[in-house]
Amino acid sequence: MREELSEDELLEKVTTSEYKYGFTTDIESDKIQKGLNEDTVRLISSKKNEPEWMLEYRLKAFDIWKEMDEPNWANINYPKPNYQDIIYYSAPKQKKKLNSLDDLDPELKKTFDKLGISLNEQKRLSGVAMDIVIDSVSVATSFKDKLAELGIIFCPISDAIKEHPELVKKYLGTVVPTRDNFFSALNSAVFSDGSFCYIPKGVKCPMELSTYFRINEAGTGQFERTLLIADEDSYVSYLEGCTAPQRDENQLHAAVVELVALDNAEIKYSTVQNWYPGDENGVGGVFNFVTKRGVCHKNSKISWTQVETGSAVTWKYPSCILKGDNSIGEFFSVAITNNLQQADTGTKMVHLGKNSKSTIIAKGICAGKSNGSYRGLVQIAKGAKNSRNFSQCDSLLMGDKCGSHTFPYIEVKNSSSQVEHEATTSKIGEDQIFYCNQRGIGTEEAIALIVNGYCKDVLNQLPMEFAVEAQKLLEISLEGSVG
Amino acid sequence: MLKIENLKAGIEEVKILNGIDLSVNAGEVHAIMGPNGSGKSTLSAVIAGNESYEVESGSIIFEGEDLLELDPDQRAHKGVFLSFQYPVEIPGISVSNFLKAAISEKRKQLGLDPISAKDLLGKMREKMELLNMKKGYLSRNMNEGFSGGEKKRNEIFQMAMLEPKLAILDETDSGLDIDALKIVANGVNKLKNKKNATIVITHYQRLLDYIIPDYVHVLHNGRIIKSGGKELALELEEKGYDWITKEADKKWG
Ligand SMILES: Nc1ncnc2c1ncn2[C@@H]1O[C@H](COP(=O)(O)OP(=O)(O)OP(=O)(O)O)[C@@H](O)[C@H]1O
Ligand SMILES: [Mg+2]
Repeated sequence: MREELSEDELLEKVTTSEYKYGFTTDIESDKIQKGLNEDTVRLISSKKNEPEWMLEYRLKAFDIWKEMDEPNWANINYPKPNYQDIIYYSAPKQKKKLNSLDDLDPELKKTFDKLGISLNEQKRLSGVAMDIVIDSVSVATSFKDKLAELGIIFCPISDAIKEHPELVKKYLGTVVPTRDNFFSALNSAVFSDGSFCYIPKGVKCPMELSTYFRINEAGTGQFERTLLIADEDSYVSYLEGCTAPQRDENQLHAAVVELVALDNAEIKYSTVQNWYPGDENGVGGVFNFVTKRGVCHKNSKISWTQVETGSAVTWKYPSCILKGDNSIGEFFSVAITNNLQQADTGTKMVHLGKNSKSTIIAKGICAGKSNGSYRGLVQIAKGAKNSRNFSQCDSLLMGDKCGSHTFPYIEVKNSSSQVEHEATTSKIGEDQIFYCNQRGIGTEEAIALIVNGYCKDVLNQLPMEFAVEAQKLLEISLEGSVG
Repeated sequence: MLKIENLKAGIEEVKILNGIDLSVNAGEVHAIMGPNGSGKSTLSAVIAGNESYEVESGSIIFEGEDLLELDPDQRAHKGVFLSFQYPVEIPGISVSNFLKAAISEKRKQLGLDPISAKDLLGKMREKMELLNMKKGYLSRNMNEGFSGGEKKRNEIFQMAMLEPKLAILDETDSGLDIDALKIVANGVNKLKNKKNATIVITHYQRLLDYIIPDYVHVLHNGRIIKSGGKELALELEEKGYDWITKEADKKWG
């Protein structure tokens, strides 16, 4: 007889499968001393040849951060990082700027190959322009010329600070103010790099803009900063994805993403997140504290789609401020936790404009001894007449050692608005697995199939190529290399 | 093809099957009838390998191989198919994707080349036609929101696609309207050949007018208490079960 595995044992085995992307790239890197003080902030700014106004922005943020306390309201437990024991700047040593991906460091290329993503192939097949962030500095930007023809700016934010200071000054920190929270203040002081994107009036960006992130230097905090502005009547779809190499010490990741959708604009922002989750004892995973927020002006729309499979600890609430009348906010999320992973994630939809609409579809999957929480806030202001929200929060439990929690907060301040909330918790049924088995589909495959079906509404929101990759990630994080 | 000897099985402490003997040869159709709760579905679940049931003793030999040594998916790959009395919903998985997964897995396990998308679709169309199925059905999610009859038809559609050697139809007729019954029975008959066999579990003689059995067995309290030809079904229809179950109860207590 084949090795007898009950569903529980199988889950156990799946749970203990090793992280597939646990490897590091051997690239020379330029880093500074551990620790954080005013001099660190000055050093980062000078290493990046920043203008004076940017340094001032950072110093002010540093002052604010010093006065703030780390939040502890989320349903997660983790050892608080020692902020003096972190390296705040690390850049791969790249002598010259790259014009094409062919000039990429062969080591980097190998890394991407290991991830199963051939950049050239991806470029050719999907017309994706990549702004690759390795550690903290962008090392390659492609399709720049094509985008430039349309007046689209897509570049590392460090370049934008120098080349488009008027745009950066106008929007940076307007959606996520420095003092918004502990991590946004920290990020504002020490952010290393990230992406900047501007879509001019009336322009529909003809390709998906994409960034692949990787943490690559031991003990380096990652402080990405992304600013995306869609001017009136424009459209853009932006993809963010990441995998991280295996580490023994916890790695802190505190990114800030700001989206601005001006009148009649639409932004689709998709994330596949696969930071290193730690080993089966939870050692060495990434701490992911992210502040993502978008503001919608009149008749505009922002959709957040995320597939969260990684990190030891995740703290993340992509949100929409529906400021303009008739604006639309959407949040589609799949969050998987396994082993000892903890995730506290969800969204905030703040309705200010009349007839504003929001939709929330959140799917949690918990396996192993993990803990997943959905935390959502739907806030409808007095003036947001006739606004509507629909929320659906489902959790799927695998095995009986994991936990799932839902914290929906609803505040409605006018009587013409409607809020609907649905929540379900389910387990994969033995009868479903037997049914699949009877048709010749093995248990492991059956679980993957059922999980995919469960996440379908969210996966469908992702661009095609990305959906395939996301499916692969779901399978990896739940099944690993069993067998 | 199938030889079951002295099969005893149950759930935890409860004995459900109390010694079943049954032989089925290629090309044959066997009908199993019997009162509610007599163990018909349990027997089919045990043949298919449902691990909720514990086999206490006895053997199930299929094509010379001991089925009890195999996992349910391996049994499926060998050609055992069960049309469920209560088909299960698999939300979010379309019928076509589900079948693609099932067929790909089977072919992989049998060392065959993967089937091309075109061939697969062609085959689905052909079988849909055979069973008179509505357009758009392939993209619906497995059994999700299906009516009772649609679920049953979906079972037979899967059978048609998977081409099993041994098909066990557990009350496939219940829930089907008169026209659907004819269509499904006609489909089952068309799929029949000298190399495969069918076990039909039913409460009604009506189905056996369309799918004509070579043997009829009566199951009661986990035992086959009477076997006969197709006339036995007619007799049961007329007289009910009392006349044989009473006798059997005297014998086994
Ligand atoms: N999973 C189970 N848990 C507890 N008891 C069970 C289970 N499965 C079957 N039984 C019991 O075993 C007996 C036989 O059930 P089974 O479903 O095999 O009957 P059946 O002959 O198919 O009946 P029906 O004609 O109503 O479909 C019944 O008394 C039933 O309650
Ligand atoms: Mg039954």
